[in-house]
Amino acid sequence: MVHETNALEARVQSGHEAPVMRMEEVNKSFSGVQVLHDMQIELYKGEVHALMGENGAGKSTLMKIMAGVHRPDSGTIRYKGQEVSWHNPMEARDRGISVIHQEISLSPNLSIGENILMGTKLPKNRFGLVQWARIYDRAAHILQSIGSTLNPKAYVSTLSIAEQQMVEIARALSFHSEVLIMDEPTASLTDKEIEKLFAIIADLKQRGVAIVYISHRMDEIFRISDRFTVLRDGRWVDSGPVEETNPDHLVKLMVGREIKDLFQRTPSSQTAGTKTPVLELQNVSDKRTVKGVSLKLYPGEIVGLAGLVGAGRTELVRTIFGMSGLHGGEILMDGYPVQIVSPSDAIKHGIAHVPESRKEQGLFPNLSVKENMLMAQLHAYRSGGKLQASRMNEEAEGYIRKLGVKTASKEQNVMGLSGGNQQKVVIARWLSIGPKVLLLDEPTRGVDIGAKTEIHKIISKLAEEGLAVLMISSELPEILGVSDRILVMHEGKITAELPRQEATQETIMYYATGGRP
Amino acid sequence: MQTDIQAAAGHAPMNRQRLLHLFNQLGMLIILMLLIAAMAVFAPNFMEVTNMLNILKQASITAILAAGMTIVILTGGIDLSVGSTLALSGVLSVMMSNAGVHPVIAMLAGAAVGCAAGSINGYLTAVPKLPSFVVTLGSMTYLRGLAFVVSGGYPIALENSLFKFVGSGDILGIPTPIYIMAIVYVVMFYVLKYTMFGRHIYAIGGNEEAARLTGIKVERSLIKVYAISGLLAGIAGVVMTGRLFSAQPTGGTGYELDAIAAVVLGGTSFVGGFGRIQGTIIGVLVIGVLTNGLVLLNVDFYWQMIVKGGVIVAAVLLDRIRR
Repeated sequence: MVHETNALEARVQSGHEAPVMRMEEVNKSFSGVQVLHDMQIELYKGEVHALMGENGAGKSTLMKIMAGVHRPDSGTIRYKGQEVSWHNPMEARDRGISVIHQEISLSPNLSIGENILMGTKLPKNRFGLVQWARIYDRAAHILQSIGSTLNPKAYVSTLSIAEQQMVEIARALSFHSEVLIMDEPTASLTDKEIEKLFAIIADLKQRGVAIVYISHRMDEIFRISDRFTVLRDGRWVDSGPVEETNPDHLVKLMVGREIKDLFQRTPSSQTAGTKTPVLELQNVSDKRTVKGVSLKLYPGEIVGLAGLVGAGRTELVRTIFGMSGLHGGEILMDGYPVQIVSPSDAIKHGIAHVPESRKEQGLFPNLSVKENMLMAQLHAYRSGGKLQASRMNEEAEGYIRKLGVKTASKEQNVMGLSGGNQQKVVIARWLSIGPKVLLLDEPTRGVDIGAKTEIHKIISKLAEEGLAVLMISSELPEILGVSDRILVMHEGKITAELPRQEATQETIMYYATGGRP
Repeated sequence: MQTDIQAAAGHAPMNRQRLLHLFNQLGMLIILMLLIAAMAVFAPNFMEVTNMLNILKQASITAILAAGMTIVILTGGIDLSVGSTLALSGVLSVMMSNAGVHPVIAMLAGAAVGCAAGSINGYLTAVPKLPSFVVTLGSMTYLRGLAFVVSGGYPIALENSLFKFVGSGDILGIPTPIYIMAIVYVVMFYVLKYTMFGRHIYAIGGNEEAARLTGIKVERSLIKVYAISGLLAGIAGVVMTGRLFSAQPTGGTGYELDAIAAVVLGGTSFVGGFGRIQGTIIGVLVIGVLTNGLVLLNVDFYWQMIVKGGVIVAAVLLDRIRR
């Protein structure tokens, strides 16, 4: 393996081999926000190319441009020596670029064989009827070539996650892929299954397939990759042979962002531990992801919850808020155990929750700013069954002023607001219940930098007023700028608790990628 | 007036939005006006007061059903069972009355049966989360079956005069069903606009997940919504017996579709969360005027159906283009 890698490097460096794919100066914006700036990457035949970066660094956009899902705004893509411009994913796939998504995209109600050949021309007889025997033959042949003994007639719904991944790979191969993009393929595999996957990857390399490998697991990167590319904030940072780097260096490349532009809160002077925690978790687990989490949250402090996507942060917060069942462990409020089985229970105990996706879980798209703000607390404005318009108007105007919501009026439809102002509306909704604990899940996602700072100030002020805040964020500068304490999660467990003073982007990233103290 | 002008000066974008909003609301009203104008020109006796009252009286049953249908569709659901509920409630209340039960109690019992049938629909939709289309398709069939079983399959003649008053009487020259319809719409307007329950209906229809996360008791609200739809179908059933002087197990067949058509004409979206009860009454009147006018024009019944269906599709299409 090592020998081969060297041989590849020699060819790459001596310029004997042209890259199978080369992207240069690729730019891409979504609704005015530029997500890729002058991006570049080169892929060679028979290499495993690790694509690395924090959440939101631009990996998935880059991957989607390669596969024809998005079209770049500018820049060139050369594939096998020719400049190309994919019109749709099918075109890219037919030319040999396949993607294995993190979320498995098979049809569970169809057989393995159908899934593998889906999207290709199915073999038909002269009456135009599908020839099942030939489908299963072909599928079996492809499965064999990756050493799988799955029965092509079996339904996908009967397979384990790992087996489904095999089918995904077989499907990618049915298109005679020359570039194969794998997005966190090991995320849901056991150690044994990972070994099997690595064996297949080694085999694909032999056949000359260029593999783009996206993973958050450092050990895997160093085991199977030949070269790496690091992205940060939508920009290319560095590429090179994996041999010539080390995990610390890669982490530095990934997080080297400037913090100075963001809001810096003066950490709370109150010392935790002298009071009763307002919220305490003892060994809390959910059914799938969260594994024995214990934590204490004190009034007036902001605790940052850091970790990579899939670490279980959102699941933890959902469990506290009664959205997914508690599966072992205990939740205490003000020192007393509480039963929380639904969001309305959580709200009764004074827990507020600003969810991860504003649009799907937060906003009522059909209603006004005012009603979006007061919906959790309508019963407080009732008098003899009728809602008191004047009191509601006053309250809504109060929040608009307090949080600085930029809106034409309180009657304006909430969808007419910018992302940041929509988020303020959702925060106002939770302030209206007079909460003791505020759970924030990515509070500034999709929010521009100005509104971001405003939201940080609001959160900070709420903590000063005595609220206990638990904030999930994938942006390390945000975590570092706002939190008093930082908890790091990895694979469902809290792997580190860091006081603000001791935390750096590097230490957080180290624990978030599975590093041990 | 003065404050209006001030508001216009201070919030120009909002004012434009309001204007657009008003125009959207007026869209179907304009179509209704055009329809009335056309009928006034071509259909003899259309503009007579008696004919106008007749249109309202005939529309009242569909109108009462459509009021319930509006809140169901606002939550993103559908209720196909209202026609069958109407029949069962009518049959049961008339049989009770004929058996000597006090007519008021018999009428209340009819309404209560509708409410109970609706609650079952609501429970199945809200708790095991079955699709409302399937749940009410089922209850549409079994409630109709029950109406046949209870009545033995024959119309039951009505004996009580209070029933007749409710369905065919009048107060101050205006038919009683029109009063009932008016009360239903005024109450529904008030509930949707000024009560917590009403606003929760909009919240659930707009984003059920967000409603749940906001602490709204989504299940309870949904059960109430379907129960109200059933209750209104029960009331419509009692009114109908008074109009026909008999309770018919086949009564109300296909009425659910008229009610749905009226709601859709009224601008309520199947997506949920968008729509108004005022729109629904306009939708009811569009169908009522059209039906009445076609009769006055001596259009063959089969052709009436073709025209009615075509107008419904065209009106909604026009509405979509306008937006």
